[in-house]
Amino acid sequence: MSKFKKKKGGDLPAISTASLPDIVFMLLFFFMVATVMRDSTLMVKNQLPAADQIQKLDKKDRVMYIYAGEPSSRYADKYGTQPRIQLNDKFATVSEVGAFVLSERASKRQELQNVLTTALKVDGETKMGLISDIKQELRKVNALKINYTTRIGDYFQNID
Amino acid sequence: MAKRSAPEVNAGSMADIAFLLLIFFLVTTTIETDSGLNRKLPPIEEIEDPPIIKQKNIFTVVVNKNNQLLVEEDLVDISDLRELAIEFLDNGGGDGEDACDYCQGARDPKSSDNPEKAIISLKNDRETSYKIYIAVQNELVAAYNVLRDREFMRLFPNESMSFVEANKKYSDPRTSPEEKERLKPKLAEVKLLFPQKLSEAEPSKTN
Repeated sequence: MSKFKKKKGGDLPAISTASLPDIVFMLLFFFMVATVMRDSTLMVKNQLPAADQIQKLDKKDRVMYIYAGEPSSRYADKYGTQPRIQLNDKFATVSEVGAFVLSERASKRQELQNVLTTALKVDGETKMGLISDIKQELRKVNALKINYTTRIGDYFQNID
Repeated sequence: MAKRSAPEVNAGSMADIAFLLLIFFLVTTTIETDSGLNRKLPPIEEIEDPPIIKQKNIFTVVVNKNNQLLVEEDLVDISDLRELAIEFLDNGGGDGEDACDYCQGARDPKSSDNPEKAIISLKNDRETSYKIYIAVQNELVAAYNVLRDREFMRLFPNESMSFVEANKKYSDPRTSPEEKERLKPKLAEVKLLFPQKLSEAEPSKTN
């Protein structure tokens, strides 16, 4: 009869959950390392032009970002479709660029204040007039090191 | 036999596996960094008496509002720009103290004297598209890089890398300080042979 007896200790042992914290921590660390912090949300279209003679822009603490392009579709009905400048989290006019650079510079450590680079993240469809205006403002505040941020690609992708 | 329950799996090594994976990902993932074309703007102070530059030492590139390219007053295609810029920079048409002994160009007396004096002047219209402007900038920087690569390979064949690679290595934080110290004078020497003289005029207004 023992054949038909219910098994007593035969059920599966509970899976140990002792390693669960490890897995969770692992995932946590992974995402902590791999994510790029973006300190401002983009409010403009930002399809960067392509270039291949590029240099890396490392050391994030030495860079300040200026975005420009057409307002993205969420903001289009409020701000129109003319290309605009975005500084931090809001739209700005050309005349505000100088003040922005000065305040950014003041917020950096003393020894970095002279080695700051301005990264221009400008949408490919923007006209050069706006960029020239920005460059003129940057020259006025003596922020002469600039970087035209691009994506990696052949110049041919810029011609349509 | 049937009564025996499965032995509990030892989870003690789980943490080790987790750490192994963690370290693997830590090592292999690269944080996305931005890259682009570095440029330096001219200071705003007006120079009292600007040096006189001979017309033949200036290579004018104009991008008009229709995104057309005019090089030395001829309409050209952007795919030819790199070659034209190299020809101009590498011309070495000067003689006497302006002679350029490392240039391999045509030595046309109507083109630039030597790379030291050769200036590329880039002018754009306010209506020029940024994409095209970047493409033009890219091609002009490429022209300089091609020539610098050539000189770097010629002067330092033992390095077995190009100028661009050496420069990348130099700016890489993982490179050891000794290596950087070793590369620095070599890079500077090549930069001096082909200094990047790229002048950007203020854009013309569209009428």
